[in-house]
Amino acid sequence: MGRYITRRLIALIMVLLVVSAITFVLEHAVPGGPFDREKPLPPEIKANLERRYHLDEPYWKQYARFLNDVMIPHLTTQPPDGSIESDYLINVHIGPLYFLWMNFGPTISSKTRTVNDIFRQQLPVSFQLGIMAMMVAILLGIPLGILAALKQNTMFDYMGMGLAIIGVSIPVIVLGPLMVWIFGVELKLLPPSGWGATPPYRLGFLPQSFGWEYFKYAIMPAIVLGLGSSAVIARLTRATLLQVVREDYIRTARSKGLEERLVITRHALKNSLIPVVTVLGPMFAALVTGTFVTELIFGIPGMGRYFVTSITNRDYPVIMGTVLLYAFFLVVANLVVDILYAYLDPRIRYD
Amino acid sequence: MSSNQEFLVVERLVKHFPITRGVIFQKKVGEVHAVDNISFNIKKGETLGLVGESGCGKSTTGRAILQLQRPTSGHVYYKGVDLVHLQGVELRRMRRSMQIIFQDPYASLNPRMTVGEIIGEVVYVHGLARGNELRERVDALLNRVGLDPAYANRYPHEFSGGQRQRIGVARALAVNPELVVCDEPISALDVSIQAQVVNLLEDLQAEFGLTYLFIAHDLSMIRHISQRVAVMYLGTIVELTTQDELYLHPLHPYTQALLSAVPVPDAIVERQRKRIILKGEVPSPVNPPSGCRFRTRCPLAVQVCAEQRPDFREVSPQHFVACHLV
Repeated sequence: MGRYITRRLIALIMVLLVVSAITFVLEHAVPGGPFDREKPLPPEIKANLERRYHLDEPYWKQYARFLNDVMIPHLTTQPPDGSIESDYLINVHIGPLYFLWMNFGPTISSKTRTVNDIFRQQLPVSFQLGIMAMMVAILLGIPLGILAALKQNTMFDYMGMGLAIIGVSIPVIVLGPLMVWIFGVELKLLPPSGWGATPPYRLGFLPQSFGWEYFKYAIMPAIVLGLGSSAVIARLTRATLLQVVREDYIRTARSKGLEERLVITRHALKNSLIPVVTVLGPMFAALVTGTFVTELIFGIPGMGRYFVTSITNRDYPVIMGTVLLYAFFLVVANLVVDILYAYLDPRIRYD
Repeated sequence: MSSNQEFLVVERLVKHFPITRGVIFQKKVGEVHAVDNISFNIKKGETLGLVGESGCGKSTTGRAILQLQRPTSGHVYYKGVDLVHLQGVELRRMRRSMQIIFQDPYASLNPRMTVGEIIGEVVYVHGLARGNELRERVDALLNRVGLDPAYANRYPHEFSGGQRQRIGVARALAVNPELVVCDEPISALDVSIQAQVVNLLEDLQAEFGLTYLFIAHDLSMIRHISQRVAVMYLGTIVELTTQDELYLHPLHPYTQALLSAVPVPDAIVERQRKRIILKGEVPSPVNPPSGCRFRTRCPLAVQVCAEQRPDFREVSPQHFVACHLV
């Protein structure tokens, strides 16, 4: 297993290299640049700005600069000078040496912020929201799916699956404002917008304290964001469980004299969760890297909007940073899924 | 037909499966008469063979006896206790003394559990052994069915069909049951392995004093293993008697036809032998024929066969037949 994980992590680096190359080609192939305005800037100013962000260099040099700054770790005796030009995400002081890695560079749309600032300040918020939405999705979806499957063709089944259809079909832009209006404005139970934690974060992504003051901001967005995914999980759980409970070995388990609860949890559920776990990987990557609409509706200072605005702004470093971040989460989440497979299906052996 | 004090008594057992139509508003449009009013008993330590062609309700009978499928009506007395009325814990406790070996050794073992877990689980849930003791017990069982105890950590897909069926046998025997329903335990196996498994079942019976309900469609195998044989046709038992009596003096026309289909390994006898070829197909169990179930294909059928259902009578000692003409 250790060798397998190592192999997959090496593959992760290859994936990130390929993704970065494609992103680089695409972002420069798209017409327009960060300094194109409706009213064009004076050519001298534009040239100055482009020199400031190294956009005047040939493309190969720009990509080489990216590789050097982001991908290649540096070990020097010189501390970074603290300018926004040299803001390393990994910055560790070992004895006389500095281990520096992943400088995504300054953002073009802001004079003072770097891409790493976004990762440090906005990503944790999106990550927290994503985790909670994921928990809503799993804790709601799997039990609902099990209930619907075990009580197939009863009121439980129809109501559960009806709820699931509603969950998938009501978009966030409808459910979000509706909840804000009911619980935030009319009932005044929950704050209509904002987020309950601010930087610095513990371990880089956890809020300083988990109390009502924190969760009251998260409840509505987590439900709104998780509901659609929970519906997908519920339907998938129901479908696979229905198939598995008809298997012969389930009858074998009953003939052994097992309690029905054990028959379902130990024999049926473990065999039916593989497809569910499969969709959890990409779902996780999508939820934790920020969701534009939900964050916008609830006024959450997350990553979501950078995904969208960086592209319209042609903010090349931010595009690169967000795309690589998403790719990273996707690959890691799928690796976790593959490891979970081996637990759920012991016939699957890696190495 | 017999007192409740016997080992296993099946009385007027009926199992109907509803056929429904419609998705949301389901309505019953018919019933499959899988098992229709059958009665028999099994004595302790004997093997009762249950034969019949595919779809005649053999397996359903076996499962209905163990309450794996709840019977529609009728009674199953196991040592005087009516299993039909048992629920939950009481029924699960009974499973300790009655087990089943399933037909398909490929589908009936959980693919995600090791052999040791499959066999050990049944011992564990009945609280018979834990920890090291459990492991020793599993090893002993594997040994007994002729498998290497080192295989306990392997998964079912790593075994051949015959080995898997041995695992199924070990699993069924793990809790020292008294009654074992063998639901076509050998029909999914290669002929070369069938004998091994049957011999194993016989050895185990001699060793542990097991009682078998042996379901099969192979007449020669049934003859080999059972003391008494019941012949099923379309959900009913048409004839039940001792093994010798059945093969030497079959009384029911269906049994006679069935036995005449078995080839004799002797060229001269085989050439002179008269075969009874039944006409037509088995009628649908959704709409079984009136009166005698077999009358539509019976070469001897007369008027009364269509009007009245024949009683299951003891025509000579230990020989029960359901036919108007006997």
